Amino acid sequence: MSARTKPLEGELLRIREEIHGYALEFGLDFHPVRFEVCDYDTINILAAQGGFPNRYPHWRFGMDYDQLSKGYAYGLQKIYEMVINTNPCYAYLLNANHIVDQKIVMAHVYGHADFFKNNAWFANTDRNMMAVMANHGTKIRRYMERYGQNKVEEFIDRVLSIENLIDVGVLFETQELRRQSDERMKNTTNEIANEADERSTALKSFMRVKERTGKMNEPKEEAPDLRDKKINTPRDVMFYLLENAPLEEWESDILGILRDEAYYFLPQRLTKIMNEGWASYWHSHIMTNRALKASEIIDYADHHAGVMAMSKQNINPYKIGIELYRDIEYRWNTGRFGKEYNNCEDMHVKHNWNKELNLGRQKIFDVRKTHNDVSFIDEFFTPEFCERQQLFTYKYNPRTGRSEIETRDFLEIKNKLLTQLSNFGSPVIEVESGNFQNRGELLLRHKHLGVDLDFGYASDTLRNLYALWKRPVNIVSKQEEQTLTLSFDGKEFKQTK
Amino acid sequence: MDHPIKRDHARFRKIVKGRIRDNLRKYVSKGEMPSPKGDGTFKIPMPSIDTPRFKFGDRNQGGMGQGNGEEGDPVDGEAGEGPGSGKEVGNSAGNKELEVDLSLEELASILGEELALPKIEPKGKKAMPSVTNKYTSIGMTGPNSLKHFKRTYREAMKRQIASGSYDFLDPKVIPIKRDFRYRASDAKVEFENSAVVIYMMDVSGSMGDEQKEIVRTESFWINLWLKSQYKDIEVRYIIHDATAKEVDEETFFKTRESGGTLISSALKLCREIIQTDYDPSEWNIYPFHFSDGDNWSADDTKLCLEILDQDLLPASNVFCYGQVESRYGSGQFYKDLVSRYGEDDEKVILSKIKNKEAILDSIKDFLGKGK
Repeated sequence: MSARTKPLEGELLRIREEIHGYALEFGLDFHPVRFEVCDYDTINILAAQGGFPNRYPHWRFGMDYDQLSKGYAYGLQKIYEMVINTNPCYAYLLNANHIVDQKIVMAHVYGHADFFKNNAWFANTDRNMMAVMANHGTKIRRYMERYGQNKVEEFIDRVLSIENLIDVGVLFETQELRRQSDERMKNTTNEIANEADERSTALKSFMRVKERTGKMNEPKEEAPDLRDKKINTPRDVMFYLLENAPLEEWESDILGILRDEAYYFLPQRLTKIMNEGWASYWHSHIMTNRALKASEIIDYADHHAGVMAMSKQNINPYKIGIELYRDIEYRWNTGRFGKEYNNCEDMHVKHNWNKELNLGRQKIFDVRKTHNDVSFIDEFFTPEFCERQQLFTYKYNPRTGRSEIETRDFLEIKNKLLTQLSNFGSPVIEVESGNFQNRGELLLRHKHLGVDLDFGYASDTLRNLYALWKRPVNIVSKQEEQTLTLSFDGKEFKQTK
Repeated sequence: MDHPIKRDHARFRKIVKGRIRDNLRKYVSKGEMPSPKGDGTFKIPMPSIDTPRFKFGDRNQGGMGQGNGEEGDPVDGEAGEGPGSGKEVGNSAGNKELEVDLSLEELASILGEELALPKIEPKGKKAMPSVTNKYTSIGMTGPNSLKHFKRTYREAMKRQIASGSYDFLDPKVIPIKRDFRYRASDAKVEFENSAVVIYMMDVSGSMGDEQKEIVRTESFWINLWLKSQYKDIEVRYIIHDATAKEVDEETFFKTRESGGTLISSALKLCREIIQTDYDPSEWNIYPFHFSDGDNWSADDTKLCLEILDQDLLPASNVFCYGQVESRYGSGQFYKDLVSRYGEDDEKVILSKIKNKEAILDSIKDFLGKGK
């Protein structure tokens, strides 16, 4: 990779010094940022690999690369920059960028770097991920040499199928806590199974399940509580399988690797609006207040407007993010918050409300530290903001055969937005039991929050889960208000009401 | 040195084509060929493989947008402009289709690149260079009729802002002489040469709609490529069962007869057309024949080979035979041609087209030799 990217030099180096100075002046706080310049092919590669130069071999990186390259070739999209959450923070600039674009991009990158370092959801991410990813690559390549590429790739595909079954809460377990709980797990495992051999924990825990299955044959008086008591993080299905599924050692290793990577990327999925909004807020602020030369204004405006473009079909996180920070800043500068303001009924007074608190800047710095997209929207998305941003929801109308604006009602929009963002856009799914039916079957439960699962996808996912669990797998969900269980026993699917 | 992602890329392409891991095949979105939409734009399919996950169903989901409009107004129409910088590359796949504004020329060059088609080199005196002008760049001088307004005003605005004469409260932009920009031409050397493509198709009962659809798609791409290689191109169409006749394009694809099949009838008519209208010393001639491989008799096949050897092959750049697989066709003619010319003849190109997905490969067979 190093041959493909090179450090800044000449004019770019001078610009970096300048922008860096402004970022510090405005109080941004970040790990050192290492800028590198590369061509579009390299930036497509990096983007396809989630920003990292070294990943394990997998076709989906090739697929993303294929799509990015096509998009670029047809002139539809262009990536200006990539920045990764590491320390030092690596950022890649496209060598074909105009000088003004490079300035914008650098300012934007410092915004992201500040966010990575300060936002609470990122606090436990491994900043050494560049090396970790490369190690993952080496390990998986070695497994492929030993067990065959198809076999290992197939296993990876199955694990990727449950990559979204992780628990947001785990991000806040500090590493110390996680180590302790791992320790506890190990101890209980040893007590129950009392295995003295060298088998892996995963294997042991499977044997523990088997053993217990054997013991639990005596009938019980009351209805059995199927929910296994020891499932601390039921939403972390990946972890549950890691601990309990009958996996070979290399399989456990890969599952663990993919889980680590999923958790590494999770904070970015939780803060898309906030992160992009913050970076955009700062590129805009730095450019318009400091870095922009008079002759560059049009190019800047052109670029900025492109990034902020609104669409009738989806929400642009850059746009909503930057506008929400600006709104918060304005409200906290003028004192438009709190009980007194909210209860004020004199529209004239309310319209001219200004307590000259000037707390705005401090407030947005606080917000970027403690919120994620869900709480960001929940707390600061106001009716006035919603109206100003011309937001609406739309729905497919089967009568006219097209999608049409449904409503501009504030509460409905807010609810819809929150629904889309909650649990990073994935359905909430929990492990309920690893011994369902008293037969060692896996039982998952979908916490239905208004939207049905896609049952076609769910079936195929169960098929992959079965391949990992090796016993029948079940998921309880709702379809059109009806509770039902979808099961796969390795041969056929069954739906029971 | 190539980046390892090229290996991931190659692997992805192989999976898409069904060569490896065919248990993934059902997650592959369909189609690889750009398809014309009739208004100058094309749909470019992005092959993708979907990883199954627990996810929400599409129904009752809808979406959210920003902008003006009343309740009930449609939100489709203008595609949303993607944000200018990318970060997390989504893992969500699904059927991705790009809609692109492309000229036929651009499309041809994409096709050429995708299939690594060699440029055709017309031979002999058929190639006479001529210079034409293409308006592809911007210059500082030019006639008023070529003035580029947007670029001109942009320059003027830049100058006014830089010199401080732009008034934000009264934003007037007045271009002066040095702001003016004009479309400028680049000289491009083109070769005066012309080609004729003669399509022959078996329309006997055994050729069904699916087979014809394949021929239609294939001929579209062949025309597209040849048009990009020759200045003038004429296309003639012959349909045949036991007898042959020349028809227009529409009839060519619509006609369905039920009679038997004499391939020689088409080749004879083709020979006649060449002899009357196209002098082989001035024209690049491309006869294409599509059938399901059934011929009435071995005698007729013998006659076909004679016509090919004596008249058609000497006159043509290449003779292409595409055999579309059908339930009823025996595929015998292909075998006959192979036993006569072999799989790798310079002049006779043979291709079997199993289904729609095989079209790309077959085009590459036909045009891959650069003749």
